[in-house]
Amino acid sequence: MSTRELPELAPPGELRVPETVERVLPNGLTVLVIRRPTVPLVELRLRVPFARAELATATVLAQTLLSGTGSMSQTQIAAELQATGGALSAAVDPDRLLVSGNGLVSGLGRGLEILAEVLTGAAYPAQQVATERERLADRIQVARSQPSHLARVALLRRMYGDHPYAVPTPEPEQVRGVGTDQLRELHDQRLHPAGATLVLVGDLDPVAALDSAAAALDGWDGAGGPVELPPAPPLEPGPLVLADRPDAVQSSLRLALPAVGRTHPDHAALQLANLIFGGYFSSRWVENIREDKGYTYGPNSSVDHSVAGSALVVSAEVATEVTAPALLETRYELGRLATLPPTTAELEQARQYALGTLQLGMSTQSGLAGLASTYAGFGLRLDHLARHAGALAKATLDEVAAAAARYLAPAGAVTVVLGDATRVEPGLAALGPVAREPA
Amino acid sequence: MSVTTGVTPQPDSLADRRPALATAYPVERLTLANGLRVVLAPDRSAPVVGVSVVYDVGIRSEPPGKTGFAHLFEHLMFQGSENLEKLAHFRHVQGSGGTFNGSTHLDYTDYFETLPAGALERALFLEADRMRGPTLTETNLRNQVDVVKEEIRVNVLNRPYGGFPWLKLPPVMFDTYPNAHDGYGSFEDLESATVAEAAEFFETFYAAGNAVLAVAGDLDPDRAAALVERHFGDVPARPAPVRPDFAEPDLTEPRRSAYQDRLAPLPAVAAAWRVPDPVADFAGYLPFVVLAEVLTDGDASRLLDRLVLRDRSATSISGYLGFMGEPFAVRDPTALLLHAHLPPGGSADRVLATVDEELDRLATDGLADGELARTQARMATHLLQDTDMVLGRGLTMALLELLRGDPGLINELPRWVASVTPEQLVAAAATLRAERRAAVEVIPGSAA
Repeated sequence: MSTRELPELAPPGELRVPETVERVLPNGLTVLVIRRPTVPLVELRLRVPFARAELATATVLAQTLLSGTGSMSQTQIAAELQATGGALSAAVDPDRLLVSGNGLVSGLGRGLEILAEVLTGAAYPAQQVATERERLADRIQVARSQPSHLARVALLRRMYGDHPYAVPTPEPEQVRGVGTDQLRELHDQRLHPAGATLVLVGDLDPVAALDSAAAALDGWDGAGGPVELPPAPPLEPGPLVLADRPDAVQSSLRLALPAVGRTHPDHAALQLANLIFGGYFSSRWVENIREDKGYTYGPNSSVDHSVAGSALVVSAEVATEVTAPALLETRYELGRLATLPPTTAELEQARQYALGTLQLGMSTQSGLAGLASTYAGFGLRLDHLARHAGALAKATLDEVAAAAARYLAPAGAVTVVLGDATRVEPGLAALGPVAREPA
Repeated sequence: MSVTTGVTPQPDSLADRRPALATAYPVERLTLANGLRVVLAPDRSAPVVGVSVVYDVGIRSEPPGKTGFAHLFEHLMFQGSENLEKLAHFRHVQGSGGTFNGSTHLDYTDYFETLPAGALERALFLEADRMRGPTLTETNLRNQVDVVKEEIRVNVLNRPYGGFPWLKLPPVMFDTYPNAHDGYGSFEDLESATVAEAAEFFETFYAAGNAVLAVAGDLDPDRAAALVERHFGDVPARPAPVRPDFAEPDLTEPRRSAYQDRLAPLPAVAAAWRVPDPVADFAGYLPFVVLAEVLTDGDASRLLDRLVLRDRSATSISGYLGFMGEPFAVRDPTALLLHAHLPPGGSADRVLATVDEELDRLATDGLADGELARTQARMATHLLQDTDMVLGRGLTMALLELLRGDPGLINELPRWVASVTPEQLVAAAATLRAERRAAVEVIPGSAA
């Protein structure tokens, strides 16, 4: 058997963060434009702060924002956007409303006009609202039959208690109770340019794009002050919550651990510690529970950031019969990294991965648009990427070990398991206290 | 039919169409002495590269009694090779700052990495090493059978609408094993897989002459060609196997099936009609690709407007070509599919009857002003967006080479889509008759 040498890596280039051209319009809207002329398209993200918006109304509003204005029907809006190669959609979470779309760059002007028409004149016609809220109620009902959704609901409820982050989705009946009046009222109160950010990325001249955004959107009303959420409460460890899903052939394991925001001094070290634990395929946890034991297909561990707090969330779908052993291995790998420093090789591999994937994430128009918009929601700009890359490059083994000890300790975890409780409870109870609840 | 790749004909009307939407990615092709076809696509706009290897084997080629084998084997290609121990492939890709995956389709299997440009040679080394032969062991086989079973549980068994319609409709539409069987595989078949069978599968299908390597992104073509030769040049030559004939006759009467999904709270229905050969009759096939979008792309599309917004007989509908929704990466026999989710108590019969009525209306009354042009504009956006990703670009080119012998077609697809005429579209709609339709209905089994 001949042995071949693994080729060395060529030295990485400097992280090239593309230039952002920024302007705050008189109505308070911040517009960020990034030129990336690879394909003749433009990506658009409009992020409007939406903290404390009533959940059911906000959810229906996102679903009906494009359902018609005084002068255009839902179908006309869609057809006109489509004629420019475009489409728009809206979504909400407890932090923001996000309007996303893309299209041929030649259609940007018309797309912005239609966006402005919707922002200033969405009519929420009763018939369209009735249709869309029924569709939404049906979708929520379907979501409730999906283990990923049920596990998320159970985990957020356990993590956040009374905080708005605790409930991600309204009840179907709440959705059915939302009408045109509430939608118009929420729109008038909250859909304002002050504090909002419009991101445009594509094959465009930044100044011309800023001018056309300013021209299209200057009639959007600037009233309304900032609304903020209280900080997310700290995690309170306690008995494992077992949510029953009778006859499930798999269990959904979820562990939440404390984490810090993107600008915290520990952030880079925490990200690296998470990678070493389970945040990518070549991690201890994935190599253990998938490649050694075959318990699971796509385990995942990531640091999730919301405006009012961050958390590290560990997720795996495992066969029912190995539920307790899979949890045991998960706690073992968390505990091992929290109490023993990783090796230098493990750190360097994770560091390369973190730095390389930053580069990959910036290599498309849609990737850049998503990053710029998300960062803007946290008061950051793309230059933060360079700072973050610098922090990743210089994080030491001691710092990563300290972050692991502080944030990854299994004693600090909140744990939820969704599965067939009758079959999995005895094993789980052998590992620690269990509190059972219906899914 | 037995398929060989062919040179794509030019559309007659290309000259009079607006050229604005075409990309101009340079494409270089070469073939190594061992038969490996290579596509190089330089683009220096970001310091990243995409490396893809596609093999001309998929679900349709797996042996009878071995459902799911092509996919299981794809997993085994990640388990080590001559110079790479188990786990080494993943660690080398990710430790270079890259990402990887592989996937198994009806007519091909792909393996790919996206990496910082400085890791190009390393990725070529990794792909060449497993092209020379994976390390097949009993331990790794048993481990990956377990992993694949968990994958099937996540995607099919433990969720509502699992495998709908891509695993549920083929057995209704088709009669022969290659086209009709479950590509994820039964647990029984997966558990019966042996190392010897895996070795034979590799020997038969994973020949250099049966593969295409594409490298896209921040590269110098001459240097990249030299690196490809260095790493793949001594992969032993083995000829491509003769691809069997998977042809089946079209339906002459409607077929209809239903099954209960114990996890689904609401009904759903999917329908499919055979379409012309995507490779041998590309010009005849293309109008169906556009038709699927005219019917279902966005709130202004025919079926969404009618079924979802006006009649409220469906809550969503989507339409696409090929059971895995990849119009330019599938061979004959294939189909145009529609699938709809229904409200509580919704009637699949009513939805299918309305679809028939709308297709009839399109065939009889033709298109509205601007309806085709706006659909084509949106399709251009989707095609261009796919090519903005270095991986999407390289993988698409690899597949265009594998199936059509023409990776440069990537630059022409938006114009091809724009060249479909109203007459062609209406003629395509006229072929989607109820008597040629295969349909499958999901009966909700959970009261929720």
